[in-house]
Amino acid sequence: MQDLGISVLFRGVNFQRLLGGLWVTLRLALITIGLSCLFGLLFGLLMLSKKKIAKVFCRVWLEIVRFMPQLVLLYLVYFGFARLFGWDLDGETSAVIVFTFWGTAEMGDLIRGALTSIPLHQTESAAAIGLTKGQVYLYVLIPQTLRRLLPQAINLSTRIIKTTALVKMINVTEVLKVGQQIIGQFYRQPDAAFWVYFVIFLLYFLVCWPFSLLAKQLEKRWA
Amino acid sequence: MSDTILRVNDIYKSFDGTGVLRGVSLEIREGEVVVIVGPSGCGKSTLLRCINGLETIDRGEIWLQDEKISGQVKELHVIRQKIGMVFQSYDLFPHMKVMDNLLLGPTKALGRHRQEVEQEALQMLERVGLKEKAYVYPRTLSGGQKQRVALVRAMLMHPEILLLDEITAALDPEMVSEVLNVVIDLARGGMTMAIVTHEMRFAEAVADRVLFLEEGVVLEEGTPEKFFHAPATERAQRFLQSFTYASKRDQAAAKPQGEPL
Repeated sequence: MQDLGISVLFRGVNFQRLLGGLWVTLRLALITIGLSCLFGLLFGLLMLSKKKIAKVFCRVWLEIVRFMPQLVLLYLVYFGFARLFGWDLDGETSAVIVFTFWGTAEMGDLIRGALTSIPLHQTESAAAIGLTKGQVYLYVLIPQTLRRLLPQAINLSTRIIKTTALVKMINVTEVLKVGQQIIGQFYRQPDAAFWVYFVIFLLYFLVCWPFSLLAKQLEKRWA
Repeated sequence: MSDTILRVNDIYKSFDGTGVLRGVSLEIREGEVVVIVGPSGCGKSTLLRCINGLETIDRGEIWLQDEKISGQVKELHVIRQKIGMVFQSYDLFPHMKVMDNLLLGPTKALGRHRQEVEQEALQMLERVGLKEKAYVYPRTLSGGQKQRVALVRAMLMHPEILLLDEITAALDPEMVSEVLNVVIDLARGGMTMAIVTHEMRFAEAVADRVLFLEEGVVLEEGTPEKFFHAPATERAQRFLQSFTYASKRDQAAAKPQGEPL
């Protein structure tokens, strides 16, 4: 009797393998998001610097990130750096470098936008009730900056999670790659491909959806 | 000791080489309301901003009671606890409810207990007719209501003096009086104030003394009766005239009959 294609997922450790792949995806994304927040803060502050050279530097970086497909950047680092500098970077390291390069610029731009959107008179009226500089930041400026930043930062994070799917092209065995391996093993089962991809779709959805809900919720609450 | 609250002594301030304040002196006694008027750009807002240290001064001295406050940097926040200020823009903190806006200064800057200040805040809100708005976010308030809350927020710090910088300039006309009536109420309660405003009738009603500032210099100083009805300088006369309008009918009468337009 011919099985339904979905049954391949429950054969042996296939589903665990898929979850393992998902963990690779998530680990990569979380490291990238963490680093992007950290460097993004520096990038954002650099964008606000009065020095012209710093502004130009940030501008060029941001434009490269926006116009260059991430896949090209991945190839450039994974294959190009090995040839050019003799750095034999593994796939995951290359991916973290590329995605952090991208995330830093985008996060930095969001942080810059959030910081500059707080009107000066908020600072002045907080100072006018006798708060110290630190208190002005702690109670008035940082909470408002975070409120403007968080929904957008969360959206960027889900984009980073999704984009990690590209790393299968540089030999990182993440969830999509694992799925393709399973499909390859069960090539006799023609509808296996559909079900495996469908489950991968569900997994991505389950990971990204809560983020998206949270962003929407925050946006509504802080509008 | 004298009952002088604030003494501004011959201060100068320039922005990019342009003198905005050029030797301004001013004394305000306890319980006195001084209104500062003058054409836009005359330096009246800058004067208030210098008094609470939002701008530094180039020359001169500012004293609050017996303490010289100009030139201080480190303890500026302590000085500002004694000098209340309300601005033109609605400057409530949008991420906090009205009550949290009111309590921030007293609890964080003065270290008072929340409960005790909250009672006081409710009483003051009731006085300005906004008790039922204590626990809403500022975005649900009208401009006039926001400015009344801003006044309460400044008053809860129990400042020695209150500076009001064109607090009704951004309001719709019908909301101006609800805010200014609160100010008049404060003045009756003995609050020492320096007020910058374009509302001349309000100025006349609330002032003990009027200061006319032009191009960074005090051109005239006197009682409201004298300033508004018999200004001494020609500049002040012209300034006051800009608030009155010639009647359409007078003008028609002045024109020769039958002249085509």
